[in-house]
Amino acid sequence: MELLLIILIGLLYGAGVYMILRRSMVKLLLGIMFLGTGANILIFLLGGITKGKPPVIDESLKMFQDNYADPIPQALILTAIVISFALTAFAIVLLKRVYALVDSDDLDDLNTPEEEDI
Amino acid sequence: MLLTVLSGLIFSIVLVLFGRKFKAKWSILLPILPTLLFLYFAYQIPQISEGKSIIQHIDWVPSLGVNFDFHLDGLSLLFALLITGIGSCIFFYGRAYLKGHPYFDRFFGYLLLFMSAMLGVVLSDNILLLFVFWELTSISSFFLIGFNNDNPDSRKSALTALGITGFGGFFMLLALVLIGNIADTYTISELFTHRETILNHELYPLIIGLLFVGAFTKSAQFPFHFWLPGAMKAPTPVSAYLHSATMVKAGIYLLARFTPILGDHTYWNTTLLVVGGITMLYAAIHSLFRIDMKAILAYSTISALGVLTFLLGLGTREAMIAVSVFILAHALYKATLFMVTGIVDHETHTRDITVLSGLRKVLGPVALAGILAALSSAGLPFLTFGFIGKDLIYEATLHYTIPEWIWILTGLAVATNIGLVAAGFMAGIKPFVGTLPQEFEKVHLPYKSMWIPPLLLAILGVIFGILPALAGDFITNTASNAIWGNDTASHLKVWHGFNTVFILSLVTLIVGSLIYFINKPSLSKLQAVERLNNISPQRIITGYANDIVRFGQWYTNLFHNGYLRSYHLKIILFAEALIAYRLWLSGPINVDFWTLTYPDWYEIAIIFILIGAIYLVVTTPSRLTAVVGMSVIGYCICLIFVIYSAPDLAMTQFTIDTLSTVLFVLVLYKLPPFINLTSHTVLIRDAVVALGFGVILSLVAFKVWSEPISTEISDFYGENAYLLAKGKNVVNVILVDFRGIDTMFETVVLSIAAIGVYSLIRLRLKSSERE
Repeated sequence: MELLLIILIGLLYGAGVYMILRRSMVKLLLGIMFLGTGANILIFLLGGITKGKPPVIDESLKMFQDNYADPIPQALILTAIVISFALTAFAIVLLKRVYALVDSDDLDDLNTPEEEDI
Repeated sequence: MLLTVLSGLIFSIVLVLFGRKFKAKWSILLPILPTLLFLYFAYQIPQISEGKSIIQHIDWVPSLGVNFDFHLDGLSLLFALLITGIGSCIFFYGRAYLKGHPYFDRFFGYLLLFMSAMLGVVLSDNILLLFVFWELTSISSFFLIGFNNDNPDSRKSALTALGITGFGGFFMLLALVLIGNIADTYTISELFTHRETILNHELYPLIIGLLFVGAFTKSAQFPFHFWLPGAMKAPTPVSAYLHSATMVKAGIYLLARFTPILGDHTYWNTTLLVVGGITMLYAAIHSLFRIDMKAILAYSTISALGVLTFLLGLGTREAMIAVSVFILAHALYKATLFMVTGIVDHETHTRDITVLSGLRKVLGPVALAGILAALSSAGLPFLTFGFIGKDLIYEATLHYTIPEWIWILTGLAVATNIGLVAAGFMAGIKPFVGTLPQEFEKVHLPYKSMWIPPLLLAILGVIFGILPALAGDFITNTASNAIWGNDTASHLKVWHGFNTVFILSLVTLIVGSLIYFINKPSLSKLQAVERLNNISPQRIITGYANDIVRFGQWYTNLFHNGYLRSYHLKIILFAEALIAYRLWLSGPINVDFWTLTYPDWYEIAIIFILIGAIYLVVTTPSRLTAVVGMSVIGYCICLIFVIYSAPDLAMTQFTIDTLSTVLFVLVLYKLPPFINLTSHTVLIRDAVVALGFGVILSLVAFKVWSEPISTEISDFYGENAYLLAKGKNVVNVILVDFRGIDTMFETVVLSIAAIGVYSLIRLRLKSSERE
């Protein structure tokens, strides 16, 4: 399973890079989401994956008695998911706004003529 | 001494920033500061001339070796007197010259800044402090040359001057740091004791080479001389002060200051002789073809600076006396000539010597000053200080240590001086003799404060000429001692007897006068000479400078072309190269394949769905399909979290993914489908780059995964989650308890994003904003 996840990480990163090299703003955003997901899985994998043992202490115990999934990567990813949602939500609304102003999804249309002269 | 330097700096800041607030009639106060400083330094003359020196030490940044160390010895005093003395004259003169100018206050601010910086240069006993002041003089010179900032020529000349002197200053800094490192001290007076260490160090040739670049650029030596004629775009008081009497001599000062430390070495002397020799002859010949009074003076100044460098290169006791005397003599007559030129320009609005003549009838005292200065520059015997200087130059060349060279060097000196005689006459006498053209009949004398300073300096030149011991015993003797490195008394005399030196002086004077009468400079001759400009150092160096600018533009356009995707591409390619290189360095990946777990069938299915969804999102032309694909990916990841013991993550991912999809669809449903804008080749290129990045990241993941990890922190949380924080879900405990403050700030970020989203949605477009 680790090997599959490793391939998945590569795919997610590759797809993300491919998407941010596009001209469309929506694709750019999708690319950033890809990269974020790839990073999450990467962290998840590196903490070591364990099946069926969530880091929750049993009702009757005060601390873990046997192996359990590493809680730190999970805490990190949880934060990352939430923050990336904040980014995505803001970017979506921003895109909408840009589209309303420029009437285009093309990043090149955002270049003002003055900038092109430089 | 610190006060003498700082007072000017403080006043200049006040003037530049708040000068406008002061009333114009207060400008009478301006020359007070330089005059006071001059008196202060004059008061030190008796003490210094007895061979004492004054040292002041104030810590600034002791850990870096940068301190406010000041040292007033003979050489410093000579320069300090010139700076403050001529400075006072210039301040009086400039007040009248620039009366009513809108930037009057700023001009004097810059001038004061320059004066303090220059004082700093000659008083510093710390080489890094010296460098700071050195650069300050370059900067103030830049502002003063570009003072008429509405004139494009002026701006260009200012940039050239700053470029050349700044370039030299950079190299000089390297030399100074090297010296400081080798000798382990940055204090000049301590460096003397390390002379042998530096001289025998293998980097000695490099050090003096770098130092020479600094000194030669500042003192306008060939091939860096060309910024000086350009600098004449500055108002004339500036030319008189900075570009003939003081600042350009900073390079000479530097060389003289370092002569006892680095000098008396074959490399040192030969370089100075050659460069000085070329400069003095080249510039002297050039000056004969100019028709602009200021241009003549500019070239003759370059020539005089060449003479000084040349003399330092001779490296004999006589040469050092000649240096100190010639510095004083040149400053006196050249500043006068410049001020005279300024008056002529001010009153007749031309500086063309082919037009000007007979002005003695209307500008009597000015003509007197001009003629006296020209005679001093020509070295008229018995009457002028210039004669003493010229005498000493010949004395120095005739007594050179290598007999075969004597006649070459003397010949060079004579040829140069002949040129200087003629140039001095052209600028100082030509405009005043002959018949007065009708157009100049209405010319009248300017304010007294304009013509008194040059007259004063010219008369001072005559007094020193008649009584050279006055200047010699009190000022130049100790200065030459400081350059030479030990104390010996020498006395300046007017009459040395009817010897070779005297004959050479007479020959110089006569031939120079002949050339003055024969050579009639004209525009056509000037144009003929200017045709040679194509091979001049100026053309070559500015050519290089332009190439650098063009390279900069090309480079900037390459990397900063305004296309986001091109930035991304470069960053990613760079990252790929870097990570790949690191991976390659770290060697093969050692994996214990027994630790790998086998996937169940449903896991394989999830991965396949993921791969399909990724492919769909990347290739689909429809925005909605892409968004749906994205949410499929999110849910699949959610499933992976569920299987691999991360219930909290699964819940969060599920919620967030749903929300994102809803937001996407709600907000973006109106947008058009993707258009395929890019060509096939670009798509393939991007695909290759992306694939490469993916593979590299996979390898990184594999590599890191195969390394052992420390679980110390995780164990701590696992053990203490309930005991310390009374919570059984360890992930939750970490987030809200152990790392509670982090989570709080995360909430803040979310709130900010929420405010942003809300305000962007509520914001209505104004009709003017719609395109």
